[in-house]
Amino acid sequence: MNGGPVARLDNMTKKNGAAGPQGNKRGNDLVVPGDDLGDSEGFEAGHGVLVMSGRLKALKQGKLREKGRSISIEPVHTRYIPRPGDLVIGFIEGCTNNLWFIELGAPFNAILPMSLGPGKVDFGGTRSVMDIGDAVLCRVQEVEETHSSVVTMKGMGLRKIRSGVVEEIDPHLLGRIIGKGGETLRRMKAETECRIVVADNGRMWIDGELDGILDVRNRLSEISRDNRGGRN
Amino acid sequence: MGGYGEVQMIDENGVRADGRGPGDIRPITIETGVVPVADGSCRMTWGTNEAIVAVYGPMEAHPRKIQRQDRAVLDVAYNMAPFSTTDRMRPGFNRRSREVSKVTQDALESVVLLELYPRSKIRISIEIVSAEAGTRCVGLTAASVALADAGIPMTDLVVSVASGKINDVVVCDLNKEEDNYGEADLPMGIMPNSGELVFLQMDGDLSQDEFKQAWKYNMDAAQEIHKLMVEALNGGDSQ
Repeated sequence: MNGGPVARLDNMTKKNGAAGPQGNKRGNDLVVPGDDLGDSEGFEAGHGVLVMSGRLKALKQGKLREKGRSISIEPVHTRYIPRPGDLVIGFIEGCTNNLWFIELGAPFNAILPMSLGPGKVDFGGTRSVMDIGDAVLCRVQEVEETHSSVVTMKGMGLRKIRSGVVEEIDPHLLGRIIGKGGETLRRMKAETECRIVVADNGRMWIDGELDGILDVRNRLSEISRDNRGGRN
Repeated sequence: MGGYGEVQMIDENGVRADGRGPGDIRPITIETGVVPVADGSCRMTWGTNEAIVAVYGPMEAHPRKIQRQDRAVLDVAYNMAPFSTTDRMRPGFNRRSREVSKVTQDALESVVLLELYPRSKIRISIEIVSAEAGTRCVGLTAASVALADAGIPMTDLVVSVASGKINDVVVCDLNKEEDNYGEADLPMGIMPNSGELVFLQMDGDLSQDEFKQAWKYNMDAAQEIHKLMVEALNGGDSQ
């Protein structure tokens, strides 16, 4: 990967517009990993784009987006990456005497220390408060560079989930569920008479009457199906 | 060489037993999103080979001792289904599948940006449903498509293709008879955009000129296959 492109002509000519990204690839163009996006001169590499020996290179499969000088890729499929402040729904995957391990559907687990847990917990009594498999609504407190992350349950509305169901969709589809200014979500809540909490990691807590829950589930699977052949 | 007696697999006009010319590859189809529960998946047929690849992750690496603090680990499992060949494959791992898993993992490690996901694991399951010849190439190529489908950052796709020698003629993409009775086999893993190699093996002997010819066949075939991969990725998910 050190300089000296041995690139083959017939493959490069199509996308190799000397004018840079605005040459041929623009707007909703689909790209795949390895695609050459033109000269990096004067452009900023955003999400899913890498500068390699003076050229912009696609790292992910998705749609090319151009915002001012910044070139990024909106991936077709992605995993959730925790960021501090995110509201998340996690499942307890393990516990020790003084902390819980929480699975967030991310590339790495988070820890929930006893001090940030719900109410008073005695040392060694973590399991009697929240056991393996329980779902919790919590907030990401910090994420370190090495990807060790901490979640907290201190805050408004953060709790162990005791009723309703937890549904999961691809995190990049959240926008479609929430809609502009929360409009779609508000309508779904009103029409199904359910309480819906959408977490940033693509999980949502749905509580209400059985018919309402089933209705929400159908709507969700419809959204997933429309966006990717038969997921969920 | 060869040692299997006189098996004529290519005639004086350069037409092979299955009607292909020396540089022609077998027909290929690629489809993504075939395993709904997986993060990314791919089904690839190549001649009568068929592979299904599912990618899961990046996710927390278990057991913890396999975690790397500075990068993700790839967990590649190549497996041939018991019904994939005419004589039943004994289920489970064997020497050969371990070797293929290892070389596939090494090849993919050089394109996936592992350092973006420290302490994580990416699981890649390659299942060969129907095997003719060149299943490692099918597995590796399909795995790179499945990784792209899973949205995992990579510097390039990987196209793997093999050329070899039959009856002293260098030909591209050996089929079963040519692989069994031929003199040499040269599978390569190619990054189609830069022309760099991530995987190279050789079985049998090739002279320098033959090697160069096989190399050229592989490089040309890689470009052809790359187009199909891009089509499968972009066509399958366009909204």
